[in-house]
Amino acid sequence: MLRVRDLKTYLYLKRGVVKAVDGVSFDLASGETLGLIGESGSGKTMTGLSLLGLPPKPAGRIVAGSIELDGRELVGLDEDVLAREVRGRQIAMISQDPMTSLNPVFTVGNQVAAPIRAHGLAGDRSAIDLAIHELERVRVPSAAERASDYPHQFSGGMRQRVVAAMAIACRPRLLIADEPTSALDVTIQVQFMDLIEKIQADTGAGVLFITHDLGVAASLCHRIAVMYAGRIVEMANVDKLYADPQHPYTRGLLDSVPILGRRQKRLQSIKGSPPDPLSLPGGCAFHPRCPHAMDICRREAPPMVSMPDGGQVACWLKVDSTA
Amino acid sequence: MTRYITNRALQGLIAIFGALLIVFVAQRLSGDPVALMLPMDASEAEFTAMREALGLDRPLLVQFAIFLGNALTGDFGQSYQWNAPAMQLLLDRLPATLELAMAGLFFAVLLAVPLGVFSAVHRGGFLDRSAKVFAMLGQAIPGFWIGLLLILFIAVELQWLPAYGRGTPAHLVLPAIALGWYPVAAMTRTLRSSMLDVLESDYVRMERAIGLPERTIVWRYALRNAAVPLVTMVGVYFANMLGGAFVIEVVFAWPGVGRTVVDAVFARDFPVVQAGVMLSAVVFVVVNLLVDLSYGFIDPRIRRG
Repeated sequence: MLRVRDLKTYLYLKRGVVKAVDGVSFDLASGETLGLIGESGSGKTMTGLSLLGLPPKPAGRIVAGSIELDGRELVGLDEDVLAREVRGRQIAMISQDPMTSLNPVFTVGNQVAAPIRAHGLAGDRSAIDLAIHELERVRVPSAAERASDYPHQFSGGMRQRVVAAMAIACRPRLLIADEPTSALDVTIQVQFMDLIEKIQADTGAGVLFITHDLGVAASLCHRIAVMYAGRIVEMANVDKLYADPQHPYTRGLLDSVPILGRRQKRLQSIKGSPPDPLSLPGGCAFHPRCPHAMDICRREAPPMVSMPDGGQVACWLKVDSTA
Repeated sequence: MTRYITNRALQGLIAIFGALLIVFVAQRLSGDPVALMLPMDASEAEFTAMREALGLDRPLLVQFAIFLGNALTGDFGQSYQWNAPAMQLLLDRLPATLELAMAGLFFAVLLAVPLGVFSAVHRGGFLDRSAKVFAMLGQAIPGFWIGLLLILFIAVELQWLPAYGRGTPAHLVLPAIALGWYPVAAMTRTLRSSMLDVLESDYVRMERAIGLPERTIVWRYALRNAAVPLVTMVGVYFANMLGGAFVIEVVFAWPGVGRTVVDAVFARDFPVVQAGVMLSAVVFVVVNLLVDLSYGFIDPRIRRG
């Protein structure tokens, strides 16, 4: 359904160019959930915004690559066409912070109805009815009455449901969820993840789930792509990735998370800190922090290698072992 | 909400009381009125009789109480010039001032809203920079100067519009532009900056992500959020203008409150000046109260608080 190839989104700042997304490729099928994980600043959110054609303005620009949705190329489409035919209609996004993602001076019913109206799926009157229906779908209690309430009258968890209702109102083919649970309490998190699974079962949408939380990703995603410094360094089925991480960065991430019921001497942290996005290290961006760094890692970026079990990894260690 | 209104109304009453106190004290500080009223060669007995007749021999507190009582009934004394009740004189001229203030404000908002919004949307572009220069001119050039230029070019040279006086709608145009000149500048800058904040907010990003047309986002969803500081300014300017657009009314010979008060100052017509100060204070308090109430219509979060 979704085919992303060599996507590059750069931010042109006064201080220099940030290669926020630097050659990202992946596929996503209907009904599938792909987890995009990585540290802050690794380019996860920027990847999601690029899919919508909304890199931050005026600094951000998609400079290369291809985004195909059901065979239609989206990169280079006119801004009006993107707004009218793609955003909210085919690709929608649930944003990070439910407290700030709703317009404070309009009722939630109005806001959920907005995409339905904008995409011409219903007239003014029936758009509100459809909006109430969507609010029911995301399990907002007594949706019909609450549709005329304002965002400040809702709790954080409920607001995130409203945001989800806005996103799915037009039955998008692809749902991008950008850390939708990181601002919520743990118990609310679980409810919300259940909701996303339900939405997916209802609508058959593909979900791109962006998170830095390995636990959340494990419980929800079919496949995981690990990002570091604007690139995907490893992509594999969720079980495989957690059981047998191939990339040293993935291994480092997994070692830094406590596991319930397992006795561990000490949590391992990854040495060093994420690289300065304005001056990434040459070769493999991870080499200054990598315990296995070799000469070639400093000189050349590793290619993406397919593993026999279907996973992919970008690491010189693996290039040698398969060559 | 009711409690909020009550609170604001009480604060307004305190402000009006303060203004009354200042007017009363200023009156006593401006010298002995009896000395002004009687001829130079009047005897001491005549002075005493006059003071008694005017109640000026009584303790200050008693005088203040009487003054307050009169003020509450709108009685600020007789105008020396016109020999009519001072407050009534001003109230008769209030409609003219109201008309001018509304026209000036209408002109200001009509210009400031599109200028502010376009400046924010096309930040750093040609229009934004032009609007900035325009706003600086607006704040740097005093209204009376603009008024004189308008009279000179539009009314005298081109003879498109009347230069002074009140009557037809055409009479209203030039003074309204001169009066709205300064607010346009200030409102444009305020709206631009609040609009910029709103356009970078998460909810605007979300509105873009669900495919709303940019025009709808800017004019419908963003503008209402950005309007709150603008409404505050509209209120303050409106109150200012109602209290008397002193300079503009004089320049355009507009028969309003401002010009009457300025005339009264030159003629030492104290009751009229005092009534003018009080009228200003009351109008200010009332308009601000209305502005506070209007927030509730714009922003539901304030409605509940």
